[in-house]
Amino acid sequence: MMTWLLEPLQYEFMLRGLIAAVIVGVLCSVMGTYVVLRGMAFLGDAMAHAILPGVAIAYLLQGNLFVGALVAAVVIALSIGFFSRGGALREDTAIGILFAAALSLGVALISSIQTYAVDLTHILFGNLLGVSRADLWLTAGLGVLILGTVAACYKQFLVISFDPVLAATLRLPAEPLRYLMLVLLALTVVVSLQTVGVGLSAALLVTPAATASLLTRRLWPMMFVSAILGAFSGLAGLYLSYYLNIVSGSAIVLTATAIFLLVFLFQPHKGLLWKHRP
Amino acid sequence: MQKAFTTEPARLDIKNVSVAYNATMALRELTFQVPHGARVAIVGPNGAGKSTLFKVLVGLLPLAEGEILIHGSPLGHHQDCVAYLPQREDVDWRFPVTVMDVVLMGRYGRLKWLARPTRADRAVASHSLAQMGIAELADRPIGDLSGGQQQRVFLARALAQEPHIFLMDEPFTGVDATTQEATLLLLDHLHERQVTVLISTHDLNLASTRFSTVLLLNRRLIAYGAPGEVLRQENLARAFGSSLLVTQDGTILVDDCCPPGEDNDHGGQAG
Repeated sequence: MMTWLLEPLQYEFMLRGLIAAVIVGVLCSVMGTYVVLRGMAFLGDAMAHAILPGVAIAYLLQGNLFVGALVAAVVIALSIGFFSRGGALREDTAIGILFAAALSLGVALISSIQTYAVDLTHILFGNLLGVSRADLWLTAGLGVLILGTVAACYKQFLVISFDPVLAATLRLPAEPLRYLMLVLLALTVVVSLQTVGVGLSAALLVTPAATASLLTRRLWPMMFVSAILGAFSGLAGLYLSYYLNIVSGSAIVLTATAIFLLVFLFQPHKGLLWKHRP
Repeated sequence: MQKAFTTEPARLDIKNVSVAYNATMALRELTFQVPHGARVAIVGPNGAGKSTLFKVLVGLLPLAEGEILIHGSPLGHHQDCVAYLPQREDVDWRFPVTVMDVVLMGRYGRLKWLARPTRADRAVASHSLAQMGIAELADRPIGDLSGGQQQRVFLARALAQEPHIFLMDEPFTGVDATTQEATLLLLDHLHERQVTVLISTHDLNLASTRFSTVLLLNRRLIAYGAPGEVLRQENLARAFGSSLLVTQDGTILVDDCCPPGEDNDHGGQAG
């Protein structure tokens, strides 16, 4: 068993991939708590696809894909906030428009690249084993930034998520906080780009947090449990990917989904099978 | 006009306020003053702008015209001095918070950005819960509670804000007797602490017996003052229009009840 666990770690790229998978698992799961509670699953999905043009432009300009994705994600996050400001459009309508436009633009740009097939696969499904040392530092740095901001705004995010009326009464800057949350979500999606790809980061945002919501009754324990599930999914997914020779992003998301199903069916008192036990 | 225009600085000073809501004028040219520690019942037919007035006071709706002063300063200047109980809490009851978490939110206005609630904040929250008779529910998830208990949690939260001005929108509509009782006790307690209270209600009996001042509203201010002066036939007729019936023995019946979608019946009466 020990050798089974240690064997992949003799390769440095595996070790880097493993660390990246755990960081991304934690980040997505913590931000995912807000995604699940605020009903922003669609937003997470849209955000992930919307960074495609940024990646494509960065690729065409031979710049850093990470930076391209980052810029695109922040632009999309702020645009969604802008179009839905003051109820001009419903938020999901704004998301739908921008999501489709950005995805089309991204695909159009990528299709103009001659040898796009391999790169597109990496963008869509992640390339965890190609994490460079610099990527890892960037991932870790953004991770600290995101978790630090969530910790610093814990009270404020709780109030604007649970009770916007109280937020207004307390004169909290609700709109700037909403934008901040969108930007944090965008950063999280960008960080997860390399690990699970744009196609699957929405799943990592939603699934561990949804599982945690079945197991906990308060916000910070929900975040904590979600983070542990996310980290475990990242870890287990990578080993599955190594031994079964499947794409790492799929392996991670399938692990998270398997945990969700187990909890949904077997959780004490509320689980489907608990209710139907003989 | 008892208490309405005293010389001491008014706690709440509403000057020529108009509010637009859904492309109509929900409130027009409202001017009145509420002195320190007063207890005001706001009555009027459905759509009179009672909820709108509260929403403007807490900053949920913008003013079209006029100004609102609290302690002589513009609205928003005193971050923690207004507490508000909406007519119906529009929150996700499955949200993972306990009763204690919710009540502690009332203390957030007093805390610095990064500060966590202190032991003193917890003590205030526990005391507020005890006062609303739900101390034993502190650790329960908010979604496990009955409707009346949930309302008492939000009253406890408003109490934990230690407000100078307490706004309650229809706190007696659609709740159980225990909650009504707890709310009435709370009113007395707030009176002792010199908290200014504004309550909207459909219950004209309650307005005339438990309040020092009544504000009769129908988009404009119809009358403002002691219950005996305000709740007169001619004023009620101006406020309620055709939903008013004067019987032969002089009883005035008001057939105005219940915001749409609520099935409880409150035929208010005033003799």
